[in-house]
Order: sequence, then C-alpha cells, then structure tokens
Amino acid sequence: MSIASSRITTRRPHPLRWARQRIDAWVLGRVPRQHGPVTVTRNRVYIVPTRFGWGFALMLLVMLLGAMNYSNSMAFALTFLLGGLGLVCMHHTHANLVQVQLRAGRTRPVFAGEMAHFELLIDNPAARPRYALSCTWARGMAQGSSMDVPAGSYCSHSLAAPAPRRGWLDSAIVEISTEFPLGLFHAWTWAHLDMRCLVFPRPAAPGLPPPLTAGEGGSLGQARSGQDEFSGLRNYQRGDPLRSIHWKSLPKSVTPMVKQFSESVERALWLDWSATPGATVEERLSRLVRWVLEADAEGRAYGLDLPDTRIAPGHGEFHRHDCLRALALFQLPAPGADV
Amino acid sequence: MSDYLPHHALLRLLAVLALVIAPHLLRLPLWESLAVAALLGWRALASARQWALPPQALKLLLASVAFLAVYQFYGRVTGQNAGIALLVLMLSLKLTEMRSRRDVMVVVFLMYFLLVTHFLYSQELWTVLYLLTSSVAITSVLIDAHHPGEPLPLRQSWRMGGVMILQSLPLMLLFFILFPRIPGPLWGLPTDAGPTRSGLSDSMSPGDISQLILSEEVAFRVSFDTRPPPPEQLYWRGPVFTSFNGRTWTASSEDLKRRIPAEIEVLGGEVRYDLTLEPMRSRWLLALDMPDPRRLPDKARVDRNGALVLDRPLIERRQIQGRSFTRYRLDAQADAALLDQDMEYPPWSNPRTQALARQWREQGLDPPRIIDAALRMFREQEFVYTLEPPLLGRHSVDDFLFETRRGFCEHYTSAFVLLMRAADLPARVVTGYQGMEANRFGDYYVVRQSDAHAWAEVWLADRGWVRVDPTAAVSPERIERGARELFEGVRATSGLFGAYTDWRERALMTWDWVNAYWNGWVLGYGPEVQQLFLSFFGLDSVRNMLLALTAGITLVLLWIGAGAFGRAQAPATTERALLLWQRAGRRLARIGYVQRADEGPRDFVERVREREPALEAALDTLLDTYLRLRYAGEQDRALEIRLAAAIKHLRRPRP
Repeated sequence: MSIASSRITTRRPHPLRWARQRIDAWVLGRVPRQHGPVTVTRNRVYIVPTRFGWGFALMLLVMLLGAMNYSNSMAFALTFLLGGLGLVCMHHTHANLVQVQLRAGRTRPVFAGEMAHFELLIDNPAARPRYALSCTWARGMAQGSSMDVPAGSYCSHSLAAPAPRRGWLDSAIVEISTEFPLGLFHAWTWAHLDMRCLVFPRPAAPGLPPPLTAGEGGSLGQARSGQDEFSGLRNYQRGDPLRSIHWKSLPKSVTPMVKQFSESVERALWLDWSATPGATVEERLSRLVRWVLEADAEGRAYGLDLPDTRIAPGHGEFHRHDCLRALALFQLPAPGADV
Repeated sequence: MSDYLPHHALLRLLAVLALVIAPHLLRLPLWESLAVAALLGWRALASARQWALPPQALKLLLASVAFLAVYQFYGRVTGQNAGIALLVLMLSLKLTEMRSRRDVMVVVFLMYFLLVTHFLYSQELWTVLYLLTSSVAITSVLIDAHHPGEPLPLRQSWRMGGVMILQSLPLMLLFFILFPRIPGPLWGLPTDAGPTRSGLSDSMSPGDISQLILSEEVAFRVSFDTRPPPPEQLYWRGPVFTSFNGRTWTASSEDLKRRIPAEIEVLGGEVRYDLTLEPMRSRWLLALDMPDPRRLPDKARVDRNGALVLDRPLIERRQIQGRSFTRYRLDAQADAALLDQDMEYPPWSNPRTQALARQWREQGLDPPRIIDAALRMFREQEFVYTLEPPLLGRHSVDDFLFETRRGFCEHYTSAFVLLMRAADLPARVVTGYQGMEANRFGDYYVVRQSDAHAWAEVWLADRGWVRVDPTAAVSPERIERGARELFEGVRATSGLFGAYTDWRERALMTWDWVNAYWNGWVLGYGPEVQQLFLSFFGLDSVRNMLLALTAGITLVLLWIGAGAFGRAQAPATTERALLLWQRAGRRLARIGYVQRADEGPRDFVERVREREPALEAALDTLLDTYLRLRYAGEQDRALEIRLAAAIKHLRRPRP
C-alpha cells in the first residue's frame, strides 16, 4: 500500500462520482506493476471527451439546427467540417500518447515527513515530437505541468509524494495524459512502474548527546580531543569534512589528500540501540538518526549497534547511507513481501 | 489578473478574430465597427504593456451599453442582423476577460460560430476559400491555446491546423453528401433572414424610379430537356397584379386569402426544363407560361391568376423541375363574379384614358378590335421605348398616354390594362421575365434581372385569358432580342477589340457556368437533389444513407487513425546489431535490469554483471560482440550468431 494511492480512499466522496470511482478502482486494480520500460500500447490508452469537447459537440448541434432551418449549404459544410475536425482530433490526441515509453528514473532517499520525488523518464521513440504530455499521480488532485518530448528523445519528470513513514515507499500508479492538439479529448494511460524510495526515520530534535557507553568513546566533545593525533594522509573520499583536507599538498597531488588521525576502535563513537533513550521503537530510531547525522557532520567515526545489525565504525557518505538504511529498514519485512 | 495565453499567442488570436469579424464590419453600423476595432487594438496594447484588465463592474457596464446600443439601432436584439451585431460586440467584449482556458475556449467556439453567420449573407464560390482559411486559422489558435509555455512557431501551428482541416475534408464531403437532409425550416425564420437581393417587386408603379431593369444579377438559370421555345414564347410568369389604385398595381389581397386555383387546360407545346432560382425573398416561383397543373413543384400551388405561389418567401436557392405547355387555355369558364374584380379601377383617376376607352366601346368595337385599337395606337403614334422615362404625375396613365409617351414595359402594360378595364374588358398585369441568354460553355441559359418584364392578359369569352404584350407593339426587338442587347447597341466584333471582347465574354461565360454548377449542385443540394443524386447509387432511403455514411466515416477514420498511429511509432531499425541489442535489453528488463538513459552499453552490462554473477559469461560475450559489431565496424556473420546465442542465456538462473 503506497501513500499516494491511499489518498484516493480519503478523498471527499461525491455521490455523482461514485460510479466513476468504482470504475477507476476496478481499472486501477488491474494496472500491472512493471519493472522496465512500459510501452503505452493502443489498448492501454483511454480517451474521453473533455467538457470542452462536449461544449464543441453542443455548438455543432446548434449549428446543424441553424443550417437545417435556413437550408444553408455552406453552413452545413462548415458544420460537417468541424464535426470531422472533432473526429480527426480524437485520433491526433490518441496518437500523441500512444507508443510513448515510460521508464523509472532515479529516486533519492528522503527523511520521513519530507516529500519523496520519483523521477519518471518519458521516451519518445517516434520521428515526430510529442506535445503537451502531462504527468501526475493517477486520480491525483494536483494538476501536473505539461511538457514536450522531442522526436527520438526523452524527458524527465519528477513526481512528488509525501513520505510519512520510514521504510520503502512504493510509487503509486502514474497517469500520463494529453489533451493536445485541440483540448476536445482527454487521453490518458496508467502505469505502475516499479519505483520505490527509501525513507529514513525522521531525525529527532537535536540537543541530546549520545550517552557514554562503558569502555567506549564518550560524548562527542570528549572524543574530539582524542582525534588530534595525526597519523598520515589518505586520498579524499566523498563526505570527508572540508577542514580535514590537507591543503598544503593540494597543488602537488592530483587528488586532494585528507589528514588522517589515529583512532582506536575504543575511541570511536558507538551508537547503541540499547543505550538509546526513547519510549517506542520509532522514537529510538529517530534519536539514532539524529546522532548519525551529527557525528557525520562532525567528521567523527561512528558505528551502529542494533539488535539484528551491527555496522563497524567508519565515516563518509556511503557509511552514513548504510547506517541510515539500516535504521530505515529496522524490523521491517524484507522488500517484496509487502507488495 | 494575468492572461491565460502568452503575449504572442494572444496577438495571433486577435489577428484571427479580426479575420473572422472583417466581412461583418461592412454590414455593421459604423459605431460598432469602430468599437470592435478599438477593443481589439486596446487588447493588443494591454497585453504588450501589461495593463490591468477592467474590473467586473466596468465589464458589466460595457456589456449593458452594448446591448442597449444594438437595441437602439435595430429596434430589437433578435433576428439575423441584430443578433449578429450583438454576437460580434459580445465576442469583442469577451476579450476583456481571458484569464482561464475556459475564456479562451469560449472565444474560439464563438469564432467558429461567427464563421457560419457569414453564409447567411453570401454563399458564393469564393466563400469556400474563406471558410477553409478561417477554419485553419481558428484551429491553429486552438492548438496554441493547448500548448503550454512558449507558443509553437507560427508556421508549425498553422501546419498542424492545416493538416487537421485537410484530413477533415473527406469526412465533410461524406457528411455533406450522405447526411439525410430534411426540408427546412424547422422553426420560423426571422423576417430579415437571407441575403438582401433585388428581384421582382410586390407591386408596380410606372412613373416611379425603377432600377431593377439595369441590374445584371442572375435571376435564374434554366436548362431544357426538350427544345427551348422560340423567343416570342419565352414568357416566365411571376406575380400577377389585379388591383389598381390609380397609380400602383398590386396583387389582390382577396386572391391571397381565397386560394382558388386557376383552371388550366393544356393544349400542347410541352417544354420540360430545370430551373435554378436565386433566392429573391419572393413568394412567387417562376414558370414558363403555362405550368402544368398536374406536375407542380413542391410546396407550390397555382393561384387564381395562374401564378405559382409559395406559402413562405423563398430565401434559399431552389431547383425546380418544371413542365410547361406553350399552348393552353386559362380559365375559359371563369366565374363572372371573380372577373368583375379584374375590371375595377378608381373612377376618379386618369379621366382622359377612361374617356378614350369609353369612346372605343361606344364605337361598338368587339373585344378583339378594342385590343387591336390599343395596340395600333402604341404602334402608330409616337411612342418611344426607353429605360429612362420621365417621371409621371398624379394621373400617371393619362400623363403617359397623352403627354410624355416615353416609357418601358411597365408603362405600356399599365396603360394598356387600364384601357381594357375602362372598355369593360377583364384585364390584368403579369410580371415576370422575358427572354434569356445562352451560355455557350454549358448547355443552359441565364435569365437576368434586366430581363424583367411586364405584360398584360385580357379575358375573352371562350378563349380565357389571352396574353397581350403591348411593349411588343412599340419595340418588337425588345421581345426578340432582349432588353440588354437592345441597349448595349451593336457590339464591336472586328479587330483586336473584338478578340478581346470575345475572350472576355468567353471567360465570363465560363465563370457563370462554374457558378451554375456550384449553385445547382452544392448550394441547391437539398432534400430533393439529394434524393435524386443518391438514387443513382441505390441509396434512396434514409436508412441506406445512414448506413453508407457510417461505413464511409468509419473507413476514413480508420485510414486517418492508422496514419497517425504509424507516425507515433519508432522508425524501424534495420541495423541487425542494434536489433539484437534491443532484444537483449528486453530479456534483461524481464529480470529487472533496465538500461538507464545515462548508461552506455558497457556501464549497463557491468552493473548487471555485479549483481548477477551467474550470467557473467553470457554478459561478457554480449558486450564484446555487440561492441565489435556496432562500434568497431566488424561485419561478421559469426559474431552475430554468437551475440544471438548469448542473448538466449540471459534469463534468471533457476535456484
């Protein structure tokens, strides 16, 4: 169950739309979840007249009655031409969407409470551009911005969804739609791409320092003093704090060098589940996330000790990601089981 | 407060709006044309300079003022002219609010609607061009309105609009031909409906100014199935006037009410013809003297005077399959009470004419002699046939007969009929057309407004109503050669100038021929013509028409849809290495790996290899052979076979 789709059920019910919602639910329930590029085939494109389409039809009816009343051949001709235009427009709107390919793009992890952004890539394999395709969540209320996809090229679009809980956030069903060229018809397709976003627990409020664990590190402040023993230089890795860069060697070497300080294992900060205050699992996780973030900002080596996982002390972006991921997925069923 | 359309798109919309309104501006009152032009100009400036649009109260005020102004000018807000004036004003005022897509759509739909109103005034051949151009223009505005952000290049949106209109044309043709037509009107027509054209008048007052006879407009075209009658029998019968007030001849209101048909006995000289009558807002149809009472055109009846009458004025072009007999007997046994009406005249008017007729009667002349006396007077005394007669006074017939003696058919007929009545003979005025002009290009004849004519009928015992044309007594050439030729004089037919006039005449005739077909087959395509045309193809019932229409539309749409779908597909790849690579991509996608847009083949295969060690060998072969075939330029069949074989191994390993 994903977040975006849960909004469907919480929408204010409207008696007139009840039937439509039932039909939508039935159709949406049958949209298969797919890994790879989804080609929008002909039988997956739905098309209905817009309210302007109905207005156009009404105008044609009035014109037809007028032409009959006046027995005016040119009025008949114009009415029939516009009637033909409406039918032709239906095919053009349909062709503007059909054979488009959808792919999942990159999705960056977020913290709970933030908005997750799912990137969707829209491929246009045809030799002619696609105009004014818009991309939203299926049956979402938000109006998506629309874009052109040049011939033989692709276009990326990012869809936002709130991420209230930690763990994997699955993408909801996306809707690609178009009303180009005349706005008389609304053509759309639904696709459920296998996209998911890792949601880290929400960081707790800062202020509470990690507790001193017996025989180990101690508070961040104390541990800092022990870092000052210089032990050598190593290559720069992403995530190293700026102040540890060895600026003097920068002109001489190809890659920046980072000063390394001797750290004994005992002096590294161990973030221990059992020593973390908090009434619930979620509160403890939030606290640990905050400590991970603080330690990372300090450039301090830290390890994570959870009941089922133990991550050795380290630093850098990958280490931080591993720790946050472990916290995000703590005691959650394996991915795939909840699909 | 901002506009829905970007500045450029709005300017395009304004230009198209100007195009759609332009033909109406000539017909609208001057103040309205100026107001519309001012609104368009102001709107363009407001968009360029980012002026604020007027507040709600001002817009309401403007709309009310527009409403009142139209009411003031036309005396009403309904009807054809006032309605269009109001529509144009409201459409221009709508420009002051263009904030949402809805506003733009309303403007565009109104533009389409306004386009149709032009055809109430003119349906000539050139309007087709106007229809197509304007449709493409409005459609391109609609395309602009649905393209967010920067508008498409002008050429491109016009091209798209043009393509869509072009594709709609076959559908239009199918609908036009096969959509079952029903005879109109569905409801009452406004009294000012239809184009304003001159035609035969409802009354005749010799001595007033007459312009009709100089008009070169086409009254009707006619083609004959039988031999055309000789010129002296080419009398096209129109309105018949029986009541005279001393100056003006009109149709008797009694006749209109009573609906007693004339008794026509046909004797011979059958003529069959197809007549395409231009709409002249007349209640009379034209027919060659005398129409066959057994085969009357639809919705027409013969009135007491032998004229074909419609219950409603004719505002559309009409095709009539006519059958007439040039030898006939009309009302030989007429009711004496009815004939009395045809002998009435105001006793106080034209005393000298009355005195002359009384003199003939007192001489004991029988009716044919009296007629002869009148005609002899016209022939032997100094009467002149002219299209520019002097104006006549209160006793118009007296003035004409005894003073001016210059006039055309109306004058002679009026004087003649009054003479007959004063001599106690029933007589009446018949108006219509006399003569015709052959179109050498097509096999038909044209009758113009300048062929309008008036003649007299006198009732004689046992013979009924007999046609007498007093104009023929004065100017026999008028009857034999037609009015136009008579007044144009002898044409130069020799030398260079002659060649030029000949060429010009040929061009004019060709143009008239094209117009004749246009009028007959396109504009005259009503229920009757449709029935006639479609019965050639066996589509004589509404059910068959609808079936054929549905089938045709479906076929055309299938064709258009297939074309659009084909263009939506990727162009076919012929390079075999790429096709194989695409096949590999599909297989890998099935087990969860998709090449990202930012990944080359090498990065992609590396990524899969890291996660799927079981596929390592196949993946290595895949990458190696593909790179060699596609990028190193090796053309080797064996490599392709190896690549294809490697692809077969790309599947999730069984646990």
